[in-house]
Amino acid sequence: MIQIKQLTKTFKNTKGLDNINATVESGEMVALIGSSGSGKSTLMRHICGLMCCDTDSGGQIEVLSRIMQRDGQLSKNARKVRTEVGVIFQQFNLVDRLSVMTNVLMGALGRVPTWRSVSNLFPPAERRLGMESLARVGMADKAWQRASTLSGGQQQRVAIARALTQRARVLLADEPIASLDPESSRIVMDILAQIHREDKITVVVSLHQVEYAIRYCPRTIALRQGRVVYDGPSTALTPSFLKEIYGSETEELFSPAVDNAMRHQSKNTQNQPAPAPAAA
Amino acid sequence: MTVQNTILVDNRPPRSVQSSMTKLSGWAIVIAILAWSWEGADMRPMALITDAGNMATLAGDFFPPNFADWRLYLEEIVVTFHLAVWGTFLAVICAVPFGILSSENIAPWWIYQPVRRVMDACRAINEVVFAMLFVVSVGLGPFAGVLALWVHTTGVLAKLFSEAVEAIDPQPVEGIRSTGATVIEEVIFGVIPQVLPLWISYSLYRFESNVRSATVLGIVGAGGIGVVLWEMIRGFYFAQTCAIMILIIISVTAIDLVSQRLRKLFV
Ligand SMILES: Nc1ncnc2c1ncn2[C@@H]1O[C@H](COP(=O)(O)OP(=O)(O)OP(=O)(O)O)[C@@H](O)[C@H]1O
Ligand SMILES: [Mg+2]
Repeated sequence: MIQIKQLTKTFKNTKGLDNINATVESGEMVALIGSSGSGKSTLMRHICGLMCCDTDSGGQIEVLSRIMQRDGQLSKNARKVRTEVGVIFQQFNLVDRLSVMTNVLMGALGRVPTWRSVSNLFPPAERRLGMESLARVGMADKAWQRASTLSGGQQQRVAIARALTQRARVLLADEPIASLDPESSRIVMDILAQIHREDKITVVVSLHQVEYAIRYCPRTIALRQGRVVYDGPSTALTPSFLKEIYGSETEELFSPAVDNAMRHQSKNTQNQPAPAPAAA
Repeated sequence: MTVQNTILVDNRPPRSVQSSMTKLSGWAIVIAILAWSWEGADMRPMALITDAGNMATLAGDFFPPNFADWRLYLEEIVVTFHLAVWGTFLAVICAVPFGILSSENIAPWWIYQPVRRVMDACRAINEVVFAMLFVVSVGLGPFAGVLALWVHTTGVLAKLFSEAVEAIDPQPVEGIRSTGATVIEEVIFGVIPQVLPLWISYSLYRFESNVRSATVLGIVGAGGIGVVLWEMIRGFYFAQTCAIMILIIISVTAIDLVSQRLRKLFV
């Protein structure tokens, strides 16, 4: 499903990713964990082709047996490959000023001819699919509101509905719950697990907190400073084992919220809340 | 002497000396430029006093204003308005693609650089100059004025539009890109919704200033109230000139006020 070979990404003076090799099989639900700056987002952005690896590094990413990028160059049909890969971002990345429904219909852009989409003439079947997707994440009643009027958790559910409308076969979720309160986090993770189960969608989800990885994903890939330091069953991620691979960074992964996530309402310390959208 | 004191003594004086030096040299440069320009600008303050009588007579000739031909004046002001409407409209239509193509975050450098240079040229040359050129090519009349406003305003709006585009939040655009959208779809659904309010506001603002510019275009024969105004000034009909100026002030102010109201709705 996803094949990553020799992926290296160098930023000005830091190694964002250092020779990553990993394979995700069809139908898996994999967690990607690591402390802040370990390269989770960078890896995700490479898989969905929003970022290219170092040139002539031999790095290559295949998604659904088709090349997304190789040697730092996006493949010619990267756009086609992207249509099958749903991406969910930490900051939701919806278009604030468009309605929830229009945002969800963006998932159909890969199938709908450009002249139809730009004149807002999405075929009825696509609109139906969009509405069904919204219903599945429990947001059908908000379809005609502006995306900016929703809470973070609701926006993230809309983003998932967009991926469903995309009929994505792979879903990449980059810290989907890092900006959410525990209750919304649970809802969003439950929805991800549900669509993984029901639609047989392959899911890769990056997480800050190990406890979510253990609860939702059978397999975990752990990153540290751009390297894979563990790849195996999530059950092996005991506090002592994490200490072994992360040392002092462990605390960040086992936040004080460990099992209290549901009890503490306002814990949202991992990450800053979404920045205000650029002044329009 | 405490550590704190040392820091104060060490830091403060150099910094303030430096800033006052820059201030001083700044003023020196301003004064030097003013002095250098004195002769070129033919500055003769005494003429204000010696020719004061002349000016008083001229001012006296303006009053009372003569509104006898007010129907003609109003018609021409409406023509001026029409001319500004079309000049601005065509410019807005063209400024959308040119503005997007001259945005660093959308177009590659080999597109935005040349587009920007062309837009710079459109902007650098005043509407009146374009009007003279178009009068020569398409003949006297408002159409020459429309073309002049069109070209110049396209240059201005393309710059303003692209500045808005360069200030957008890239995240929603990446959200759209990740679905496998084409570049055009990225722009239409990711960029334009973010910049639209600002674009509308800029367009209305340029419309206001185009109405003002359009009153001048007539002087070079490009139609509108300017034609009549120029005739009256040349014929020394100052009472009529005064009437026209009053009408221009009233109508331009009215348009400005309405447009300002509209702009507030969008930002
Ligand atoms: N565009 C960029 N330019 C320069 N450095 C970058 C860029 N993007 C990421 N980095 C660096 O690469 C490293 C990995 O960053 P990345 O965002 O992938 O981490 P992360 O695991 O997602 O962290 P977080 O949990 O904070 O989101 C960091 O050191 C970061 O500073
Ligand atoms: Mg990240």
